[in-house]
Amino acid sequence: MSDRDRPLKIVLIDASPVRAAIMEQGLRDAGHTTIMRITDHVNLLARIYAIDPDVILIDLENPSRDVLEQMFQVSRAVRRPVGMFVDQSDSASIEAAIDAGVSAYVVDGLKRERVQPILETTISRFRAFAKLRAELEQAKGQLEERKTVDRAKGILMRAKKIDEEEAYALLRKVAMNEKKKIVEIAQSVITAAELLG
Amino acid sequence: MSLDPVKIGFIPLVDAAIPIIAADVGFAAEEGIALELVREVSWANIRDRLTLGHFDGAHLLAPIAIATTLGLGTIKVPLAAPLALGLNGNAMTMSPPLFEDIRRHMAPGADMADPRATGAAFRAVVENRRRNGDEPPTLGMTFPFSTHNYQLRLWLAAAGVEPDEDVRLAVVPPPFMVDALENAHVEGFCVGAPWNSVAVEYNLGRILHLGTDLVRRCPEKVLAVRANWLARNPELAARLVRACVRAAEWLDEPNHREEAARRLAAPNRLDVHAPIIQRALDGRLPTGDGDEIRACDSYVLFGADGATRPDPRHARWLHAQMVRWRQASDDPAGADLAAASYRTDVYDAALGRDAPQQADDPLGVFTD
Repeated sequence: MSDRDRPLKIVLIDASPVRAAIMEQGLRDAGHTTIMRITDHVNLLARIYAIDPDVILIDLENPSRDVLEQMFQVSRAVRRPVGMFVDQSDSASIEAAIDAGVSAYVVDGLKRERVQPILETTISRFRAFAKLRAELEQAKGQLEERKTVDRAKGILMRAKKIDEEEAYALLRKVAMNEKKKIVEIAQSVITAAELLG
Repeated sequence: MSLDPVKIGFIPLVDAAIPIIAADVGFAAEEGIALELVREVSWANIRDRLTLGHFDGAHLLAPIAIATTLGLGTIKVPLAAPLALGLNGNAMTMSPPLFEDIRRHMAPGADMADPRATGAAFRAVVENRRRNGDEPPTLGMTFPFSTHNYQLRLWLAAAGVEPDEDVRLAVVPPPFMVDALENAHVEGFCVGAPWNSVAVEYNLGRILHLGTDLVRRCPEKVLAVRANWLARNPELAARLVRACVRAAEWLDEPNHREEAARRLAAPNRLDVHAPIIQRALDGRLPTGDGDEIRACDSYVLFGADGATRPDPRHARWLHAQMVRWRQASDDPAGADLAAASYRTDVYDAALGRDAPQQADDPLGVFTD
């Protein structure tokens, strides 16, 4: 089998199991079959040497990145030297990867056209995951806001003997007058109620 | 007045104190700078984010700044160091069993603070293990391009222990060093403050040497910026240097140490108990060996003795370590580039000071 056809061994080092799963699926969809996931940092280098991968992908929130940097060294311990796109012409790829929150380490001598699609898949999956996480955060935030407004409405309904619609209208009116968000006014109502007991 | 934003990445270490104090006590604001600090998890991230322009400046290991300027193991981006973030601050810590093993092999009457004596004892430990067919010790350090790597190698090589053959040196990020000792992934390490004292505090390690036992004035971190950023923002850079020098002078006041320790201890800074941080600032470190305390006024230097002035001779020495350990080729042009990245001229101009009288020996290496 020529080097061209040999399947590439890919290691994913990611503290987030969900993101690692999304990445693995993306790489499998792109036709890669030899993918290993590492989620902790115990004896990382020894394990990587045992796997002997062609490509290593690691998330940037991972402190183990510095451990990988040791693989650049021309030391007896390293069987195959690894580089992170040390070719200056790859700076756009590096920038895209770092922006997406991932870094790649590639065994020396591996053809760039074989690595590029892997990197592109990884970057797009990382971006998709970040978007998903942002949406989830937003949804969580909205839910929290609704809970706050509901609590404030309840307090107003009891205190002023008004119905829910009137309570909401009151919050909205004060928010508009003070140029604030309804949730901020709702929070002040709750704080005031807590203070006044 | 609107402030000019400057973003700096840092690793949780006591020698990040200068930018932290500049930001949190107000010296940056006095110079018209809104200094934003971003805590990072790896040196590689800091390096990449600095070179890509996510950060304007970085609390960076001096050897990484040089390696990046030379393009060693990474994309080549010329960096400049207009300021050293002090000197010293490292220590070597061993697990209690290894510490005792070293003590047992000491020559009669030899001083445990003498690196030649402990080095000889450590060599005996390594040879003993080899005879018994046991694994060689693994020692942790923070990065291939780090003074911790070079200090360990200096100590080992002076005793005739070949660092790449007779022991294993493993990279461990500073905040994980104590974990690695606890889990026996390493039996000792060389790291900056406060992580040696954290190991002592949890009774997981004993401090064998202060960094100053090996190198009296050891370069450590620099304030690194991109050379083209410096060229485009000379006036802003000068203000940044002044703010940092003011912070360093503030840190030198003994009556500020308690406040400094408290500020560094904050969750978004080092997130380590203030009293442990203060040991480094006071230069009084319990070693964990009974009640012993090692006292050293220069254990970590901020503003004193010209410690913030980037000394090109330090850059040349670091480059020589890279050559010695086959990280860089033995090329005089490389050494010159390294030296030129230490921008003493920018530092002196920012402070409006003339170049000071310099000591003949900028380092004080124990083998010299």
